[in-house]
Amino acid sequence: MRRLLWPAVVLVLLLALNIFFTPSFFSVQVRDGHLYGSLIDILRFGAPLILVSIGMTLVIATGGIDLSVGSVVAISGALACLQISEDAGLPMAVAAALGLCLVLGAWNGFLVAAVGIQPIIATLILMVAGRGLAQLITDGQIITINDPAYKVIGGGYWLTVPFGILVVIAVLGITAFLTRRLALGMLIESVGGNAEASRLAGIRARGIVIMVYASAALCAGVAGLMISSNVSSADGNNAGLWIELDAILAVVIGGTSLAGGRFSLSGTVLGALIIQTLTTTIYSIGVPPETTLLFKALVVTAVCLIQSPSFRAKAFRRRGRSAPTQPSPEERVLAGRGGTA
Amino acid sequence: MFKRISALVLAGLTALSVTACGGGDGTTSAGTGGGGDDTITMGFAQVGAESGWRTANTKSVQESAKSAGITLKFSDAQQKQENQIKAIRSYIQQKVDVIAFSPVVESGWDPVLNEAKNAKIPVILTDRAVDSKDTSLYKTFLGSDFVEEGKKAGQWLVDEYKDSKDTVNIVELQGTTGSAPANDRKSGFQEVIGADPKFKIIASQTGDFTRAKGKEVMEAFLKSNPDIDVLYAHNDDMGLGAIEAIEGAGKVPGKDIKIITVDAVKDGMQALADGKINFIVECSPLLGPQLMDLAKKVVKGEEVPARVVTEETTFTQEQAKQVLSSRQY
Repeated sequence: MRRLLWPAVVLVLLLALNIFFTPSFFSVQVRDGHLYGSLIDILRFGAPLILVSIGMTLVIATGGIDLSVGSVVAISGALACLQISEDAGLPMAVAAALGLCLVLGAWNGFLVAAVGIQPIIATLILMVAGRGLAQLITDGQIITINDPAYKVIGGGYWLTVPFGILVVIAVLGITAFLTRRLALGMLIESVGGNAEASRLAGIRARGIVIMVYASAALCAGVAGLMISSNVSSADGNNAGLWIELDAILAVVIGGTSLAGGRFSLSGTVLGALIIQTLTTTIYSIGVPPETTLLFKALVVTAVCLIQSPSFRAKAFRRRGRSAPTQPSPEERVLAGRGGTA
Repeated sequence: MFKRISALVLAGLTALSVTACGGGDGTTSAGTGGGGDDTITMGFAQVGAESGWRTANTKSVQESAKSAGITLKFSDAQQKQENQIKAIRSYIQQKVDVIAFSPVVESGWDPVLNEAKNAKIPVILTDRAVDSKDTSLYKTFLGSDFVEEGKKAGQWLVDEYKDSKDTVNIVELQGTTGSAPANDRKSGFQEVIGADPKFKIIASQTGDFTRAKGKEVMEAFLKSNPDIDVLYAHNDDMGLGAIEAIEGAGKVPGKDIKIITVDAVKDGMQALADGKINFIVECSPLLGPQLMDLAKKVVKGEEVPARVVTEETTFTQEQAKQVLSSRQY
């Protein structure tokens, strides 16, 4: 649990920073029959990123990485909007989009597990080709639709709560149940630790890997529906652009090692919330656009440094405080690659 | 193992480049190198197919080339400078009569433009400029004047509020940071409204020219600035995203918050006709006919002005209702 301390501290600090610029930052009110406020915005606009990051967490836990999720986001939104614009009906549109995403994810998993291509290359193919596919679906245009039912997915409300937040809670719940209440999480971690040893121990490593890539693509697909539904249009060029990098960052901030073998879902959610809060903070406090990226980079660097036990030890030692001679429990966990979320 | 991987990567990349090419449909109209005596051959290196605006631009060029009797060789650079340089080099090798292109970025064109100059092929820039000091590298630059667009937007605002003494709180959604349209639309707008201290830009942030970012940034603006009178968005798409944010905050776009945008694409014009946007400054992509006229003059060796501005207008809500049905893009 201590691993989540620092990301949580950073999140609270970022939120607190906003109070100085926007006094009403923490006020949540009901307006037009739904919740309204900056905190709701952070959850609502962060929902797609949280979803993509959950999928990415599992992939990274197997020692892989998925660069294609941004393109999958674009494809999913594009296909759903195209179907709706052709009057295919909402269930059909959503099913077709998510079905295609599953196939694309399974393809990624197949390249990694069965063909043996390194994950970064295997998913790079779909990252580039997928953007092209999304543009092909939208014919290079922005498809604008007007479907109140589709609008609910990313921009609507259910019992005053933004629907996207409910979707995230559901997906998070299902994933946490499957990986932490059933053995699946342990199997994923074991494949990430050593795929060959896992196979010899009787775990179907290939199946697990294909499954995590497929579920990452499915999460990205749902995120794609949300993003396109939020603005009632599909933009093959820009939807989900660079979201894979934000997702990887969220996973890393959350304390999941890129080497694979262990993962923390709650850490990932915290990481994604930090990134979205940072974005909202930049808009609220009025950082000039020219310095936005630099500001983000500085905060992320600070977050990463503060999370590193060895950096903390060194920084505190330099100031002459008593430094622990024994590694802290946290470091032992990191070194031993054990631990659960 | 490595061989196997690289073979697969190669196969993947080939497949991918085939897929990626699907975006731009109008590829070259065949033919063995131009330079015939009577018909003009033009090589056109397009940026890509990144927006409805761009697609309309491509169509305009292709159609007006056909009707002007100019053989068009068209390439789509997928928003990459190296692809455009490659395309221009191949046009030079094919000895086309004139090269036209919309530079993806402003810098880095001198070497390839020098090659064209040495091959005595005239170059026309369309839509976007290059920042080269050597203006002999191209004959003319045909495109919109983004500063002028910003001024038109500012002028409407000044006229709209000429009887009011109260402070007018403005929020601005900028285009992609550092891009010429974002810089120029911002400075042109500021130049006009800056004359009167009652106009105050209280927040300005980039929305990357996209609807999703426009909505997200506007949501944050609405929370941190409770009193917003006017929104100025550097393109229609960001404005459309912001409209959703404004509606979500329980305000009426076009009434509680007046909205000015630039571009006049179809979705934007629809919103203007519906009264959700108050004023749109046109940034026309239909520069094909003007381009073909210039090309003919340049090939004949006639003098052309170094800067030609696209013919553009502005739209109010009433005008939008009238022209909506006849909009091509």
